[in-house]
Amino acid sequence: MKLEAKNVNFFYGDFHALKDINMKIESNTVTAFIGPSGCGKSTFLRLFNRMNDLIADTHLDGECMLGDTNIYDKSISVDELRKTVGMVFQKPNPFPKSIFENVAYGLRINGERSKSVIEDTVETSLRQAALWEEVKDKLKKSAYALSGGQQQRLCIARALAVNPSVILMDEPASALDPISTSKIEELIFELKNHYTVVIVTHNMQQAARVSDKTGFFMLGELIEYDDTKKIFLNPEKEQTQNYITGRFG
Amino acid sequence: MKHTESELVDIKNSISEMWNLVQSQFEKAKTALLNSDEDLARVVISTEKRVNAFELKIDSDCENYIALFSPVAIDLRLVLSMIKINKTLERIGDFADGIARFVLESDEHGSHLELLKEIDVETMLVAVETMLEKTLQAITTENTAQAGMVFSIDNSIDTLYAEAIKKLAGHVVTNPNDALYVLHLMTVLRKIERAGDHCNNIMEEIVFYLDAKVLKHQKK
Repeated sequence: MKLEAKNVNFFYGDFHALKDINMKIESNTVTAFIGPSGCGKSTFLRLFNRMNDLIADTHLDGECMLGDTNIYDKSISVDELRKTVGMVFQKPNPFPKSIFENVAYGLRINGERSKSVIEDTVETSLRQAALWEEVKDKLKKSAYALSGGQQQRLCIARALAVNPSVILMDEPASALDPISTSKIEELIFELKNHYTVVIVTHNMQQAARVSDKTGFFMLGELIEYDDTKKIFLNPEKEQTQNYITGRFG
Repeated sequence: MKHTESELVDIKNSISEMWNLVQSQFEKAKTALLNSDEDLARVVISTEKRVNAFELKIDSDCENYIALFSPVAIDLRLVLSMIKINKTLERIGDFADGIARFVLESDEHGSHLELLKEIDVETMLVAVETMLEKTLQAITTENTAQAGMVFSIDNSIDTLYAEAIKKLAGHVVTNPNDALYVLHLMTVLRKIERAGDHCNNIMEEIVFYLDAKVLKHQKK
């Protein structure tokens, strides 16, 4: 088991945002979280690389496991954790640097000095992110010169460069046009050969297309978590059926 | 190839495999009937389960594809036509099974190979085999140019069927002891004629998939 949530409850102040969530996520799979806005899916995703630590007055009960390690254990270094659990956000957020330096950044701050190692890793990461062919002749140009879809793939390459085992994606294609979205989806599908991918999406068809497992959240509860085929063909819960068929609310 | 496309290729490959299986079943049923080969008839009957299993698998694959990938345009037409072709192929498999069962049961009434020759049942069976082959070619090569030929073969089967019924009626008049056998044989002829109709329907589905034209209930 790559990731596991055990009796997870999460609070923003007095607000009970996640209610007794239990979930197991296997290695080399794509897991999608779906649900209406405010259901807790992004909050749950962010728990796995401790992004919620940055928010004041929050509180977690329960355990979030990466393999056999509770990532909220006091002995865990958050910096080290985020090397293992990378994250890609809704809006592409390249650094104001060159394409090459965006991908090399994580390696440099981790102390990598070898030019050849850095160059090789940048190329490998850009290839894995399906961007190499489009940028190989302009690596020194600003990342801001890229299109939105290319910037998002650059951010994925940046996350891959530090050799994570888990990639968390929070609405990675929601700001992109259909062609860029299709490239990101194909990339997600390929990435699972080497990584464990967890994605939050409002686009149910996207969840259906790319994921192996789907979790449906509502009002802070995990209503249903099952094989994506099962969720989209024959969900167990009426709430899930109502949501995915658009009858919700 | 994108993974959404490879899923479609998998469905097409599965249906081609089913096609080959049904062709094989029909060919064996033909040989069993024309030679009163009971062993071969038993092979057909025992293989029928595989055809049924294929139908369930392809149905499930198509359902999953629609649920997961929300296909549109040619992809939607492909999946919709695959669902119908799958069901139709399974029916043709049932007919092969029915013919094989007739071979085993007709043993009780003695062999009537001469009568089968007289009503030209072999030509009808070969015509259905040709239709199966041509329709498979059409979907494999994604070319509907031979649709007209397929439809005309079905017309010729209908003509042969009508002539065979007349000959059987005459045979019963002169050989009243064969009446029970002839009644059973008529159900076999009906199966062959229906198999031709089903091949026609398959070709219509292929035209719908590839050319987006609806030929159902139209004079061809």
